[in-house]
Amino acid sequence: MSSVLLRPGVDAIAVKGWWSAHQWLLLRRITQVSVLGLFLAGPLFGIWIIKGNIASSLTLEVLPLSDPYLLSQSLFAGHWPETTIVIGALIIAAFYFLVGGRVYCGWVCPINPVTDLAAWIRQRFDIKGGARFPRQSRYWLLAMTFITASISGSLLWEMVNPVTIVYRGLIFGMGMVWLLLLAIFLFDLLLSPRGWCSHLCPMGAFYSLLARYTPLRVSASKREQCNDCMECYAVCPEPQVIPPALKGAEQGIGPVITGINCTNCGRCIDICSKHVFQFSTRFTHTSYQGAI
Amino acid sequence: MSKADKRVDQYRRRFLIRAAGQACGAALLGMGLLTLARQTYGLPATAIRPPGALAEPDFLAACVRCGLCVRDCPYNTLKLSELGDKVTTGTPYFIARNIPCEMCDDIPCVVACPTGALDKELTNIDDARMGLAALVDEENCLNFLGLRCEICYRVCPLINKAITLEAQHNPRTGKHALFIPVVHSDACTGCGKCEHACILPEAAIKVLPTHLAKGAPGQHYRLGWEEKQKAGGSLVAPDKEHEYNLPEGFRYEHEGQGLIKEKESDKTPFGSNPLDTLNQRGNSNE
Repeated sequence: MSSVLLRPGVDAIAVKGWWSAHQWLLLRRITQVSVLGLFLAGPLFGIWIIKGNIASSLTLEVLPLSDPYLLSQSLFAGHWPETTIVIGALIIAAFYFLVGGRVYCGWVCPINPVTDLAAWIRQRFDIKGGARFPRQSRYWLLAMTFITASISGSLLWEMVNPVTIVYRGLIFGMGMVWLLLLAIFLFDLLLSPRGWCSHLCPMGAFYSLLARYTPLRVSASKREQCNDCMECYAVCPEPQVIPPALKGAEQGIGPVITGINCTNCGRCIDICSKHVFQFSTRFTHTSYQGAI
Repeated sequence: MSKADKRVDQYRRRFLIRAAGQACGAALLGMGLLTLARQTYGLPATAIRPPGALAEPDFLAACVRCGLCVRDCPYNTLKLSELGDKVTTGTPYFIARNIPCEMCDDIPCVVACPTGALDKELTNIDDARMGLAALVDEENCLNFLGLRCEICYRVCPLINKAITLEAQHNPRTGKHALFIPVVHSDACTGCGKCEHACILPEAAIKVLPTHLAKGAPGQHYRLGWEEKQKAGGSLVAPDKEHEYNLPEGFRYEHEGQGLIKEKESDKTPFGSNPLDTLNQRGNSNE
């Protein structure tokens, strides 16, 4: 890795300016904070727009929103749910089907800023090495969470699931959650680069399955302008999704990133000084080939 | 085997080994989790689930730990277990000694539950069975000592149904009564107001999970007097009058005066010859 990649984005900032080179990142952080803020407005300021947490919530006393992954676990555990949570989970599933399953990871999940920070520090301080789990591991873990839910007859993964535990902790009381956050941070920083979110997290794996036919996608629509600076690969949490779209012109692969694990975070759009990437729809794709 | 075939074969080998590795890793983690869960799923006896909660194993399958019941509890009774608490992470509970359930008529916690972990079938809060109060310390309970505390009885939302006071003779003073609080499981909801109100530094009456607070008779066991009443007469025919082994000239009234001397006589029940008495006993045993 060249020394330029220790500080990706220098070119983009020079060409587009700092704000423009960070617009999606900032939007993403604002979204993460806003969603959390909506949940916290009730307990902190008594403004009850949303009650509950990301597991299941009630907006303005009418709209149920529920996590389809937790509902699935509950089903595997053998509980026949009430219609409220089924409706809530269907709404959320439909939403993430439209915008991209792992938009949940990049734009809402509370673990994302932590692992992003770990990745940023790794890059900045050139921390190399560490265990690399196969990216398919998450699907095995996803299966494991369902099987163990079945065996134990309970939402077993929710005993350790950092996503829901951290979110619930922020809203209902942290307890020992800080330790869990620290553990994930250190895991990503020292043990396994992008280890949790991009390789292991079964919740992300579940959401990726919603993205098979997602309309909203990032497209390398001006891929002929690519100067091979490699900075998009350096910042992308799931860099395996980029090559088919960016370099697939010769094989006749369309420019849209169709990999189900693309989180639509838009960092590639920010970081590219050649304006290669932009948000688009999968319908602008001539032919596609999914990559996990 | 051609070179290309060999490459495919090797690729397949590598793929299978990788997949097996990942599967084993996931399985190991899953087994660890299952073991851990078995050790940690026990609910502490003082942690009480909200009204309408399914039986604990079903509850853990149903509850998604969203906290909507907690939010809709008007008395801040319910809490979500935090990471590190002894209650399964993220699930709702309350500690009666801190804040008991106020037994709202509209049961907002049950209404709020999106999953059915709190059963919507529960519409009358008096039917809730969160646990069962048990007077666990008969040594220190003031009413057992003959004092008139009975705060548990007074605060009970189902006074005279869930807790009654049973008068007993006070053998210590010989002339006073003990008013013993008795919990009735057919009415007690386990709301915990009695435990909360108990004036002792450590409550003498506690709400416990029903299986801890309540004994169970053998399934074959029948209470003779109840069966007799149900049948409308003695089941052991014929109902034999009890025979008392009494000296001549005496009879015994079971419910009433007790030992009755039938006719006034200056004779003692016992003859001057002790052998008479012994013979008499022998005769009546025939």
